[in-house]
Amino acid sequence: MAFSLAILAGLGLAIVYWRGGQTQIEGALLAVALIGIGGGLIYWSKQLMPPAEVTEPRHTGPSADEDREAVEGSLSEGEERLARRTLLGRLLIGAAGALGLAALFPIRSLGPSPGDTLYRTPWRAGMRLRDETGRLVKVDELEQDSFTTVFPETAPGSADGQAVLIRVDPSALRLPADRADGAPEGYVCYSKVCTHLGCPIGLYLAATHELRCPCHQSTFDVLSGAEPVYGPAARPLPQLLLEVDDDDYLVAQGDFTGPIGPGYWTIDKGPEGSGVDPL
Amino acid sequence: MKLVRKGVEEIDDRVGGASFLKRSLGKVFPDHWAFMLGEVALYSFVLLVLTGVFLTFFYEPSTREVTYDGPYPPLQGEQMSAAYESVMRISYEVRAGLVMRQIHHWSALVFVAAILVHMLRVFFTGAFRKPRDINWTVGFTLLLLGMGAGFTGYSLPDDLLSGTGIRIGYSALLSIPVIGEWAAFLFFGGEYPAPAFLRRFYALHIMIIPGLLIGAMTVHLMLVWRQKHTEFDGPGRSEHTVTGTRLWPNYGMKALGLMFVVFGTLSLLGGLFQVNPIWLYGPFVPYSASSPAQPDWYMGWIEGLVRLAPNWTEFSVFGYLVAEPFIPAVVLPGIFITIVALWPVLERRFTGDHEMHNLLQRPRDAPIRTALGVAGVTIMAVLTLAGSNDVLAKFLQIEVDTLNEVFKWLLLLAPPAAGYLTYRICRELRDRDEHPIRRPRRVRVRWNAEGGFDDVEDDAPPGAGSPGTRPEERV
Repeated sequence: MAFSLAILAGLGLAIVYWRGGQTQIEGALLAVALIGIGGGLIYWSKQLMPPAEVTEPRHTGPSADEDREAVEGSLSEGEERLARRTLLGRLLIGAAGALGLAALFPIRSLGPSPGDTLYRTPWRAGMRLRDETGRLVKVDELEQDSFTTVFPETAPGSADGQAVLIRVDPSALRLPADRADGAPEGYVCYSKVCTHLGCPIGLYLAATHELRCPCHQSTFDVLSGAEPVYGPAARPLPQLLLEVDDDDYLVAQGDFTGPIGPGYWTIDKGPEGSGVDPL
Repeated sequence: MKLVRKGVEEIDDRVGGASFLKRSLGKVFPDHWAFMLGEVALYSFVLLVLTGVFLTFFYEPSTREVTYDGPYPPLQGEQMSAAYESVMRISYEVRAGLVMRQIHHWSALVFVAAILVHMLRVFFTGAFRKPRDINWTVGFTLLLLGMGAGFTGYSLPDDLLSGTGIRIGYSALLSIPVIGEWAAFLFFGGEYPAPAFLRRFYALHIMIIPGLLIGAMTVHLMLVWRQKHTEFDGPGRSEHTVTGTRLWPNYGMKALGLMFVVFGTLSLLGGLFQVNPIWLYGPFVPYSASSPAQPDWYMGWIEGLVRLAPNWTEFSVFGYLVAEPFIPAVVLPGIFITIVALWPVLERRFTGDHEMHNLLQRPRDAPIRTALGVAGVTIMAVLTLAGSNDVLAKFLQIEVDTLNEVFKWLLLLAPPAAGYLTYRICRELRDRDEHPIRRPRRVRVRWNAEGGFDDVEDDAPPGAGSPGTRPEERV
């Protein structure tokens, strides 16, 4: 019975496949065919064969004493022979070690050196802001409390240059003194990469002026320089200081105020030997 | 069946081995429904390999930008990676492609689930005790490899959801002190999102991890074969014998049948239940994240740790930064993994039990272990729920922040409570009830007329004894 069903389903599957295929029917017919065979086998095994329960001794645990002694004997005999050639043995270990060391280098070549890539983004002084649609952002374009994603003019879609641009009431801002001139007309711009695990921060809660990461709910206060106020993130979002150029476009004053994204061991040190100041 | 016999004869003429076959065909397998869980994992893996090979014919591990012009209208004209496009092609243009892809994904989910449930069975019945402690560690390695295979496979379609998962993996690796930056660059081939990562993940997913899985599985099964199955206690059972049905034909036929049923069930899931619909998530773009973003279920507990951890777990030492994700995403899972891997050793240390065990325990026979196990499972359950707090918040109409506070308290209170309750229940059951098969002989002593004592067999029904004493103590 089960087997006959499997035959029908198998043939059906072949026909469906030949006629062009359809995911749900394929899955269902395949299932009927396979479960038919399986169910048939299990029924056969359980119902149609005499139940044959047997009991046998186990042989777990160590081998017989004589075997063990024989193995231990030949091992220690071998050890004694080897021990007569101590220097040779040491040289062999040395050679294997040196080869192992050398073999590490191909592994090293698998990963490019981090260098200063983690400290830099494409943002440079005087660079204009491009939004998601590719347009350059002018100073009078955004309404108050609106939020948009911007990229460096030269690197649209950039993963580490992505930033959020928010226009707030300039009088509400409580930025640190050295950044006060970086928010013309109430435009504040922060890295969009969360300082916790690097997700793009996509939620802006306009009522409380908070940015929230959709992945782990880290929340940053936009008015006070994106200090973390809730969730697992510990460091503020680096800010992109802005100014307005002669043609009324918003431009960056330079790179972000610090390395963007999730934390790492040398984040406060600056890239070694690259001459870049710790940001 | 004559054909089988003939074939065996032909082979034996050339390579011999009849004595090996004699022992193998006659091998005795104890029977209990719970023993099939490991088999389910094995058969899921077989199906994973079969469907996986099919998928490699069509998948392209490349982040090269292409424009979509396939039959799925909403994405026509969109820029995407060749990897994403090839998975779209598998889903919409390759005949039986989608069903294969979905069976593959479902098999992966069931594979890890079956290993986990199998491990819980082994844990709660004490099957990991000497001489099977080695195999506990091999089996746990299989679970970790399975999770690794799952994570790398989940990342291959290069859709928006997987992009979020990879980014989190990258950032967690980056947070490791001293070597983090170098390790992250090595593993992902550069700063996230480096174009090289797909090729690396592909190599890991189709060669390196499956190779290790097959190797470890072989060791696992050879050890089971050599050491034979454990079995539950019962009439005629002892530590020195094994009771069950022979491989040929009863057990073998049933196992083969189970394999087909597993294949069939997974085909049904793959055909009828949509999984990972990447066309809904869209191709990966670095400045978007999909919300709600959930990892596959077996990663949920790490996600929960990451979501609940307070931000004071980030601190500086001598001007170097120990980033926030390090403790929740690396240290705590590491500790948990180490405890589980070394459980047989730890238990031996605390109980001083160095005996060989072939008979299983019922969970109530080891109340402390059972209680600790339940507490551990509770921790995992709370963390997994916390890992989807955004979905739960939406479903329950509660603020996510409130929910997080609830989860923090639950994490603190629920595991000890569940553990204590389990301990009480185990003690209660053990004290009250007798072994269903081998009832302890209970003896009552009566003062006889001569002033001496007589033993009187007592056939009181189970549970009639004085509460609070164990059956053995009454004898």
